[in-house]
Amino acid sequence: MSLTKEQVQHIAILARLKLADEQFDDVVAKLSTIVEFVDQLQSAPTDDVVPMAHPLDQAQRLRDDTVTASNERDRLQQNAPAVEAGYYLVPRVIE
Amino acid sequence: MTVGASDQSLHQMTLAELGDGLRAGDFSALELTTALLDRIAAHGEALNAFITVTADEAMRAAEAADAARSNGNAGPLNGLPVVHKDLFCTAGVKTSCGSRMLDNFVSPYDATVVAKLRQAGAVSLGKTNMDEFAMGSSNETSYYGPVKNPWDHEYSPGGSSGGSAAAVAARLVPGATGTDTGGSIRQPASLTGTVGLKPTYGRVSRYGMVAFASSLDQAGVITRSAADAALLLGVMAGFDERDSTSVDHPVPDYVVGLDQPLEGLRVGIVRQHFDEGLEEQCGARVREALALLEEQGASLVEVDLPNLDLSVPTYYVVAPAECSSNLSRFDGVRFGHRASDPDDLLDLYCRSRGEGFGDEVQRRVMTGTYVLSAGYYDAYYLKAQKVRQLISQDFKNAFASVDVIAGPTAPTPAFRLGEKTDDPITMYLNDIYTIGANLAGLPGISVPCGFSADLPVGLQLVGPHFAEQTILRCAHQYQTLTDWHCRCPEAYQ
Amino acid sequence: MSTAWETVIGLEIHTQLATTSKIFSGSPTAYGAEPNTQANLVDLGYPGVLPVLNAEVVRMACKFGLAVNARIAPRSVFARKNYFYPDLPKGYQISQYELPIVFDGELQIETAAGDEKRIGITRAHLEEDAGKSVHEGFSQATGIDLNRAGTPLLEIVSEPDLRSASEAIAYMRKIHTIVRYLGISDGNMQEGSFRCDANVSVRPRGQAELGTRTELKNLNSFRFVEKAINYEIERQIDVLEDGGEVVQETRLYDSDKDETRPMRSKEEANDYRYFPDPDLLPVEISEDYIAAVRESLPELPDAKRKRFVDDYGLRPDDAGILILSLPLADFFEATAAATAAAPQVAANWVIGELSAALNRDGVAIADSRIAAGALARLLDRIEDNTISGKIAKEVFEAMWDGEGSADDIIESRGLRQITDSSAIDSVVDAVIAANPGQAAEYRAGKEKLLGFFVGQVMKETQGKANPAQVNEALKRRLKAE
Repeated sequence: MSLTKEQVQHIAILARLKLADEQFDDVVAKLSTIVEFVDQLQSAPTDDVVPMAHPLDQAQRLRDDTVTASNERDRLQQNAPAVEAGYYLVPRVIE
Repeated sequence: MTVGASDQSLHQMTLAELGDGLRAGDFSALELTTALLDRIAAHGEALNAFITVTADEAMRAAEAADAARSNGNAGPLNGLPVVHKDLFCTAGVKTSCGSRMLDNFVSPYDATVVAKLRQAGAVSLGKTNMDEFAMGSSNETSYYGPVKNPWDHEYSPGGSSGGSAAAVAARLVPGATGTDTGGSIRQPASLTGTVGLKPTYGRVSRYGMVAFASSLDQAGVITRSAADAALLLGVMAGFDERDSTSVDHPVPDYVVGLDQPLEGLRVGIVRQHFDEGLEEQCGARVREALALLEEQGASLVEVDLPNLDLSVPTYYVVAPAECSSNLSRFDGVRFGHRASDPDDLLDLYCRSRGEGFGDEVQRRVMTGTYVLSAGYYDAYYLKAQKVRQLISQDFKNAFASVDVIAGPTAPTPAFRLGEKTDDPITMYLNDIYTIGANLAGLPGISVPCGFSADLPVGLQLVGPHFAEQTILRCAHQYQTLTDWHCRCPEAYQ
Repeated sequence: MSTAWETVIGLEIHTQLATTSKIFSGSPTAYGAEPNTQANLVDLGYPGVLPVLNAEVVRMACKFGLAVNARIAPRSVFARKNYFYPDLPKGYQISQYELPIVFDGELQIETAAGDEKRIGITRAHLEEDAGKSVHEGFSQATGIDLNRAGTPLLEIVSEPDLRSASEAIAYMRKIHTIVRYLGISDGNMQEGSFRCDANVSVRPRGQAELGTRTELKNLNSFRFVEKAINYEIERQIDVLEDGGEVVQETRLYDSDKDETRPMRSKEEANDYRYFPDPDLLPVEISEDYIAAVRESLPELPDAKRKRFVDDYGLRPDDAGILILSLPLADFFEATAAATAAAPQVAANWVIGELSAALNRDGVAIADSRIAAGALARLLDRIEDNTISGKIAKEVFEAMWDGEGSADDIIESRGLRQITDSSAIDSVVDAVIAANPGQAAEYRAGKEKLLGFFVGQVMKETQGKANPAQVNEALKRRLKAE
């Protein structure tokens, strides 16, 4: 199935990606090719097949409820592009 | 073989040989590290195999290794040089994932794999180039430019662990870590004439390995011999309480059983592996390798993987779906690239990500977003999970009658840089033989088995879950009979 | 007007689980720390990190499930809910979607009319909380504090069985009481440990099909839940009666203006792209585990109320008040056990004087200035006629002010009741002698005047005379002459 420009635009917004205008047609074309390629799956008979989410059939392990982390704010915020008074900054968000 | 510290051939030695030499005192870790750093300085740039070379840290680690040895505290890998794919977090060292997004990112912590190798005494020389976020099969999606294949610089080393493979093939380092989500260790190993081992899913911790597709990613190694792969795996493998998907199974001594002969080993051959699509010379080399295994007492048994054709499309739904979510954390807020002067929050997100991610990553994020989105989830994501189950069952059925499945690692030898960059599907089909093992979580290894023209060809061996010993033994036995893995590109003798 | 319409409400209650560490990381969950000092690599969603599930949250969810007669899933799955927001570090929230840990539960509420009503609990699932956005104090920017990110939440989703704001409140209070009884949440609403979203719709009475619903967010007190729902019901009815249509949307309750309005940030169509989290494996819960959790359950509010009525003979309403708070119920029981007075007397004092004093001074029951044993001694002094109930209130206040035990205060203030009959007789005689006119009227049949004489005697004795003895003596002496 081919994707429309509108679909690609919607996907780009959901994925928070700004596509350059000049690359847009190419993105639509390539994504369409990929979607057409994976459409092969539709022919596989999968009635009664249990979907597989993990390669191994195992159960979640649980950890004890203990505090193992200490305050590392200063070290971890060294990678942050914008911080003030210990907060990460983003452009003003209005509710 | 006796080798002096000044001997030029240190770089030609395997990890096992270097380990013997270090233990015997033939040379020190510092001498070895210096020799290899010199080689990296001489060749690294032309190959573009490294993103970061940690020379100072390496020298300090080598000194510490020498001190540990003289104190009687030598770990199993004491003084042995390794490099890490730049997808593994390394404390205090840039961890870029081959992406502009993380060009400025210095990891505050070590991946479990990195920590384990260090604790065993290994000396890390640096971080290797890779396809951006491990998405690619040619190393051309890297923000830092493509890695060159040491066998011919016009050619791709494969990907995504192309920098690791090229570094090992060019004798810049005897062993490297890599990650394999759809063939990212085995395919570059095949294309560079090295050994690439992808263990069973969960065998090695994923903690600190930046996620591409969490249910497929597995850390492994690229070396020149199967024995070296066994040596490294023994250190890297094991349960990690920080990775819920790592498996709490005892770690065997992978080196011990390597000498067991192949007598009685049942080797499965998949008919579809030899259909059209497989380059003729590659097919011929693989058949020769299979014949050699048979000569050694292995029996060849034809097995059927009826859903093999669907493995690539299945992968290109599952992997992008997981990656679209895994890469959402790169939003320009806490780390990574942030667009300058954003108008508002949406602009901050869209431009930071649009600028930080390259084309292929964006394509996969968008593909993944699409297959998970309302109205398409059942048709794509859920469907792919079901087909994944079928493919996994096919392998289970096959392993009821064979111990390993053998065949080509990649359909062609190395291809020219730029040859496939404009056609995602052709690029994706490079992984047609390797993806199945990721979908089913199986261990696989690629071993050099000859040449097509002047480019290496790999033989892939895939085993049932946790049968690393079997595939390593088979690969090792094959290597005792052949010297393909000892061939070195002329420029890197 | 509203009789033509029926309201349908379902609640989603987010209750913060009282664990020491976060749901998927070893960071502390303490409230009120400096921004981002309780957010580690995992909470920040650093590249390469992975979640590991806290055992305690599983146990707490099971406790809740068993307490509301729900089923515990033998296998439940964590899923990712994908959306971008600055307080959501990974760009997805780890939650449960198709296979929640608890499902098919119920509880009984009491309606305004006093009837029992069953409210279905569709499910309760585990998830991680998001961080906090701070808008004040930054120029042109919003600050993000991720201390709360990764705090464990149990989201409890009711069936749309609630038919009024008051039913919604009754249900919410019941859940609030249960989670605190179970010790799985402190239920602190100011700190956001217990908050609620309400799905509200109206439909013409008798219509089977549900009307279009709106989701009300940000309801962090019982009062706001009630006001927001009532506002929203009126708003929807107005829209419909004007021939309009209710738009399905998320609305924010503004407590300052007492109104709901559409949330800007949620306007864009949401597509959460849920899928199973590949970093986490299915949570498997065995029958043995469930049995052990069941064994550990405390007495629950309904059972306690029944026991208070059956065993202590309390009035049902009083039992209902006491059980709303476990510490209050415990205080009552400790008091009742330590006093010779009737349990109902103990209940009266706990609900009356004690609760009033606690409220007046803003003191938690745990910090009560009068311990249960001390209150019991006071009640004993009423019971053994050392003081009257009226004097007891004075003693209570003195105890509250830290003047000592009941006995000390009675002694030091000389409040001991006069029970010596000759002493009472002489005061009675004096009062009769001083009021000959009234005495004559009384004898002439105006028996209501007895109250006057009692008052006079009490005045003479500063209220210390035993009232029953005074009555008896007055009747005897007045009759005698």
